[in-house]
Amino acid sequence: MFIKLENITKDYIDEEVITRALRGVSFEIDKGEFVAVMGSSGSGKSTLMHIIGFLDKMTQGEYFFDGENTSEFDDKKLAEIRNQKVGFVFQSYNLLARTSVWDNVLLPTIYMPNLNKKEIEDRAKQLLNKLGLLERSKHRPNQLSGGEQQRVAIARALINQPRLILADEPTGNLDSKSGQEVMEVLQDLNKEGHTILMVTHEKYVAECARRILNMKDGQIVHDYVVAHQHLAKNGLKK
Amino acid sequence: MYLLNTLKLAFQNLALQKSRSFLTMLGIVIGVGAVISIMSVGASAQNLLLAQVNAMGTNLIGILPGAADEMGPPAALFGIEITTLKYEDALALKELPHVLAISSYITGQGTMSYFNQIESYNYQGVGHDYTKVEDASVDSGRFFRQEEVDSLARVVVLGSEVKEKLFGEDNPINKRIKIEQVSFKVIGVMEERGVVTFQNQDKQVFIPIKTAQKLLLGVDHLAFIRAKVDHADNIALVTSRIKEILRFRHHIKDPTKDDFSVRNTAQALDILGSITQALKMFLAAVAAISLLVGGIGIMNIMFVVVNERTREIGLRKALGAKRKDVLIQFLIESATMTLIGGIMGIVLGILIALAITLGVNYFDYDWQFIITPLSVFVSTAMAISVGLVFGLWPANRASKLNPIEALRYE
Repeated sequence: MFIKLENITKDYIDEEVITRALRGVSFEIDKGEFVAVMGSSGSGKSTLMHIIGFLDKMTQGEYFFDGENTSEFDDKKLAEIRNQKVGFVFQSYNLLARTSVWDNVLLPTIYMPNLNKKEIEDRAKQLLNKLGLLERSKHRPNQLSGGEQQRVAIARALINQPRLILADEPTGNLDSKSGQEVMEVLQDLNKEGHTILMVTHEKYVAECARRILNMKDGQIVHDYVVAHQHLAKNGLKK
Repeated sequence: MYLLNTLKLAFQNLALQKSRSFLTMLGIVIGVGAVISIMSVGASAQNLLLAQVNAMGTNLIGILPGAADEMGPPAALFGIEITTLKYEDALALKELPHVLAISSYITGQGTMSYFNQIESYNYQGVGHDYTKVEDASVDSGRFFRQEEVDSLARVVVLGSEVKEKLFGEDNPINKRIKIEQVSFKVIGVMEERGVVTFQNQDKQVFIPIKTAQKLLLGVDHLAFIRAKVDHADNIALVTSRIKEILRFRHHIKDPTKDDFSVRNTAQALDILGSITQALKMFLAAVAAISLLVGGIGIMNIMFVVVNERTREIGLRKALGAKRKDVLIQFLIESATMTLIGGIMGIVLGILIALAITLGVNYFDYDWQFIITPLSVFVSTAMAISVGLVFGLWPANRASKLNPIEALRYE
């Protein structure tokens, strides 16, 4: 099993008030899956994704990533995994504003040891080409549309060939046309074999995935396979 | 590649906030500028002092009235008049072996007139061996002789500038000038000599010591005596012989009660050297304080920068930056800032030192422009270390940020 969570809990302590964000979450994800985590705000879906992406630490439970028990990982190892095995796509893109598209895409590679510069640059070119951004590579993020910026973020997430792509409301800041483009890209990536975990609160976006986890009050209340996967290229219908 | 990227980023961020970066760097610029200029001025002043002493001639022993610490300045330097040293002391010392020449000194100031030309100058009462002692020479005419000293002769040898002022192009030899209303016959003109031990030797006149004592000043003591020794190796020997003779003559049994002090040029050079060195170091240390203040400014701004870029730090961590990576990034940023400030400070310091050089040389001193590579190296290293030391706290705070909280930071 690629990802396996057992009874994960997460407590936030703020001024001695304990908030339970996750109350025992268990599930598994196989290689090549495309999973959407749905739920209203406060349901714990973002917290879950941050834990899976090693951005946050769980309070209790066991998390196996690619066969390894992650509770033994130290900060350095976690940074390495974030760098090389996970690719993040954020709702607000999080591109460096004063840095070109090209440098933004290459940003994760500067934290990679033993880098083959030629190989990385070829890969960046390939990715930008595939995402239709090659001629934009010298532009700055603020010269691009929202959809283009999110595609830059996807290219950045893919540059180190991660095992898992995590997308946090990837269409949340986009109009429907751009949102559709981004979902097309994610579906294509899934077709090529990438494992994707996406957080969204909109059903029509979630139905672009193959499997949906419904969350409520820090627990998974429904885990089901999408009967009729939306194909993003046919348009995102509400 | 990481380093290059970080440097590029550091420059971008500095350029983005030009005026803020400049103001932040200003403390470093001023600090380094002060260190550089003070080191330069100190080195030049030291050189000038030593050159002045050297110009007096080497292998000299000075005998001053009044006691003094071995390494401290003699009392006479503080303008205290001590009357323990007499002309007869000088006569007695003259007979010592290894002493080539000896001269007594007393100085006064007075008006000198030649017809309607009236000027105020210093006159020096000296012995007939003055030229030998000081390595000075006469340009025209002659210096006075022993008999003229003994007979209180009213003869005078002019410094070159005095001659110029009173006589212009005329030949002054055998003309008579008045010093404090006493008539003197001009018998010679000194060769141009310039500034030696901070007195312009060309703006003085020289008269026999006893004439100065009796006819002009009405005293019987000396300001000091100088003896020229044949070889540097004999200085110690002659010094102790001088002390013995003077103690005998002054009826002193206990050496700690000496009413005179004996110095030689090497000693004087030593004392001057150590005084100026200490002064230079002290001033540089004072200047370094502004580096400290500048460093605190850097630290302050780096905290602001870390705050402003919290989201960026969060993103970098999410993309795989380790604590070390973030730490190094911010250290490089602050060190880059202080390095640029340091380079600007070095330029500023050199300009200040250059301006001082031009200013001092305007007053006829042989002030050399000295920038030692050491001072440039030291201040560059100091600037970088200030950046590293004062950047450490903010950078450490940045590196410890939790990626999720940092990403959510508004």
